[in-house]
Amino acid sequence: MIGLGEVYALAGAMFAAFALFSVRDRSNPKRFGNGAFWALLAVSFLFGSQLGDVVNGALVVALILLGGTGAMGRGSQQRTSPEERARRAEQRGNALFVPALLIPLIAVAGTFTLGRIRLDGAPLADPSEVTLVALALGIVVALIVALAQAKAPPQAALDEGRRLADMIGWALVLPQLLASLGAVFALAGVGTAVGHIATTWLPLGRPFAAVLVYCVGMALFTMVMGNAFAAFPVMTAAIGVPLIVQRFGGDPAIMGAIGMLSGFCGTLVTPMAANFNIVPAVLLELPDRNAVIKVQIPTAIALLACNIVLMAVLVFRY
Amino acid sequence: MNLWPLLAIAVLVVGFAAGLNPLIVILITALTAGVAAGIAPLQVLGALGRAFNSTRYVSLIWLILPVIGLLEREGLRERARILIGRMRAASAGRIILMYLALRQITAALGLTSLGGAAQMVRPIVAPMAEGAAESRLGAISEGVRHVVRAYAASADNVGAFFGEDIFIAISSILLIKGFLAQSGYHIAPFRLSVWAIPTALLAFAIHGVRLWRLDAKLRRMVCEERP
Repeated sequence: MIGLGEVYALAGAMFAAFALFSVRDRSNPKRFGNGAFWALLAVSFLFGSQLGDVVNGALVVALILLGGTGAMGRGSQQRTSPEERARRAEQRGNALFVPALLIPLIAVAGTFTLGRIRLDGAPLADPSEVTLVALALGIVVALIVALAQAKAPPQAALDEGRRLADMIGWALVLPQLLASLGAVFALAGVGTAVGHIATTWLPLGRPFAAVLVYCVGMALFTMVMGNAFAAFPVMTAAIGVPLIVQRFGGDPAIMGAIGMLSGFCGTLVTPMAANFNIVPAVLLELPDRNAVIKVQIPTAIALLACNIVLMAVLVFRY
Repeated sequence: MNLWPLLAIAVLVVGFAAGLNPLIVILITALTAGVAAGIAPLQVLGALGRAFNSTRYVSLIWLILPVIGLLEREGLRERARILIGRMRAASAGRIILMYLALRQITAALGLTSLGGAAQMVRPIVAPMAEGAAESRLGAISEGVRHVVRAYAASADNVGAFFGEDIFIAISSILLIKGFLAQSGYHIAPFRLSVWAIPTALLAFAIHGVRLWRLDAKLRRMVCEERP
């Protein structure tokens, strides 16, 4: 049976290759910093479950220190010139999109089938993790097709992947770290404290009030944090799960999906989400750094109102 | 009720606002939350390590990097540009509207890396929209040009944010799944993406209407500038 363990091993092998290619990239003045970062991530994916909590914690701290203190750099970027890529794009045509489209297609198709296929009585893929297994399968198939199209060796793909990973840098672990922070928050009772304040100070006695406070809270908290990922665990532990789901019997899937999208309304209007709001203004040479945010404010407000109504109508019905 | 853990939120806000590296801010915030709750630092470290280990699936999406890297080497972005360039629309608003649709659909298929301010908006969408505005309205001022550009950037964000959650394996969906699982609710990612669809349609409708009216807005701006 293929489960998360096998997919983690695949990711671990990929990060190990990134580490190797990073160290060999002499155009990167900080190549050993990058190498160490990807190597630690490889260790986490390959052996994380055997390491024990404190060792894993030390690994996280090492990742944070490497990524947070400027120990990582970038090498010279693209291997092919823009002219060469434009020529290839003309030559290859829309067949280039085939591997990219195979990934979501196989991920979706696999989600519905892999858990049901049985080999010797056991399912082919762990039914509880079938989405991630299907995603990995889609990526592997797409990689094989892309390599065949390009007539390139696997190392070429790994090195291009490494190039992108070095470009993203430490931000690559940011979502996972924010999710982990959420777990620490839960342990420390941060969500309970926010919930205590919210429930003491705000009128949450009616289902609609709980939905209103949860959605607006997601948006506001996201504005403060610059990231809906950080707001979601706190608001959901404080209001979403205890009130909307447990007290008023709402559906957790609808609450989670629309709650996260309410947070995204906050992302649209905060300078804290710099890569979405400030960087484009700089890239487009706008004199007002907040010009993109200002254009997005009406959409964000209208959409947040829609989310509140949607959740209020749907969450208690399904 | 111990309210001291709320100090961690203050640390997080101040850290981000001060522009510190987010990873460092996360570490200090985690330690603050733990200490404020009376948990020993080593235990906080262990909790962080255990959480990091059990949320590794959030980072599985990066398995995609070698494929995308290879396709980019082969001209994937350039091909996408050729495709958009062939969609001939007459006005700034409609070009950006079409980009919004394309961005949202590709993001819903998990292809968020096909767009972006650096990759698509600056080199392609904004110049096309500015060109269309010029051909309709004549010479335009810098102010009008900046409005067109800001709208182009906004379409990129709205399309990506409210398209990506329809894709079942995007990290935000996996975060929702992971968090709810920790609370005892095991939900298939597919259900989460289905319930992202109504908001996605409304986002397209709201921002789409604003883009549809952008041409009239630009015309008004030009008329006001010309006495």
